[in-house]
Amino acid sequence: MVDESQLKESQVWAWLESVPDPEIPVISVVDLGVVREVTVNADKVTVTITPTYSGCPAMSVIATDIEAELKKQGVTSLELNTKIAPPWTTDWLSEKGRALLEEYGIAPPRAAGTPEHCPLCKSGSVEKVSQFGSTPCKAQWRCLDCLEPFDYFKCI
Amino acid sequence: MKPLFEFLLRQGDNALVLGHRTSEWCGTAPALEEDIALANTALDLIGQTQLWLGYAAEVEGAGRSADDLAYLRDVYDFRNILMLEVPNEDFGRTVMRQFLFDAFQVPWLTALCESADEHIAAIAAKSLKEALYHLERSAETVVALGDGTDDSNKRMQSALDVLWPYTGEHFLQDDVDNTMFKAKIAPLPVSLKPEWESTVRSTLNDANLKITDSTFAHSGGRTGFRHTEHLGHMLATMQVLQRSYPGATW
Repeated sequence: MVDESQLKESQVWAWLESVPDPEIPVISVVDLGVVREVTVNADKVTVTITPTYSGCPAMSVIATDIEAELKKQGVTSLELNTKIAPPWTTDWLSEKGRALLEEYGIAPPRAAGTPEHCPLCKSGSVEKVSQFGSTPCKAQWRCLDCLEPFDYFKCI
Repeated sequence: MKPLFEFLLRQGDNALVLGHRTSEWCGTAPALEEDIALANTALDLIGQTQLWLGYAAEVEGAGRSADDLAYLRDVYDFRNILMLEVPNEDFGRTVMRQFLFDAFQVPWLTALCESADEHIAAIAAKSLKEALYHLERSAETVVALGDGTDDSNKRMQSALDVLWPYTGEHFLQDDVDNTMFKAKIAPLPVSLKPEWESTVRSTLNDANLKITDSTFAHSGGRTGFRHTEHLGHMLATMQVLQRSYPGATW
């Protein structure tokens, strides 16, 4: 158990690094950029999160997972807030998060609005199948060389 | 009723009613990719509904929640425009309606990002990102189908003919709009008509579709004066669980 009066914000951030995104478990909620703020004061820990997409069903799971992790670490008084402004953007995905996505087989978002290459064979010859995919944050693409379909993390 | 509450219901009910109609395609769309796209679009709209109706409930201050507003109001308390409640009919009409709505939402939400009400500006900024993405797809699909085969062109034209008389309701103006305008909360909808028309005309032109000359506009939805017969049927399906088992949760 932690001594809450001695708790540092950096410690809370480190704990949150171990909470995976429920839909894309290879990256953490911190890498995804949904954790916007952590404050620790004498009587409580406050964590502020922001939704990726307004209707993303993963958000309630993320909130529950954050609560469970901090409880496990010994935090007894937690306030979990949601804020929508400024709106979440894929610019908040960490560099580490982008690399992990690619390794996992999901092409990371690019400002150009299209994947750089196939995350599997790295061929640049790719085409869009559909603007939407298996979760609100992804679109479906396919590689014209290795012929594999893959997810592209939409850039917003 | 407070004008701000009324204004927020209009935003929330548009998103809710179109979101529900769109979700009716889940599992039955003509192609897997379209099924997923429609379900995702519906999800975005229901998410936006939670934000708008959540704020509406707060403004009302009567102890109701966003869920109460969605599931426990009847037809005459809804404030969506009529175009959004007419049945899906076929895929063509569904896509055409989404396009006609998206083409309005993009300039409308863009303008609301500058609202004097910070909460509205925040909801608009969040929703706008999704609306831009929706417009990209709906405009692309309208062109693909309109400029497709004879059959797809005919069906898109008939969808446009049915929906066009419903589009005018977006631009009507009443005391609620005037109050919002004076308080710098929202622009007058009619001020966005040129931008909406230019998007709509250029896309429909690319899609080989013709707009009828009629300027007649169905109205009554956004004021709650008169809905179509279809909304009651839709609510019967959407609200049955909360009506049969009040307060049920999972």
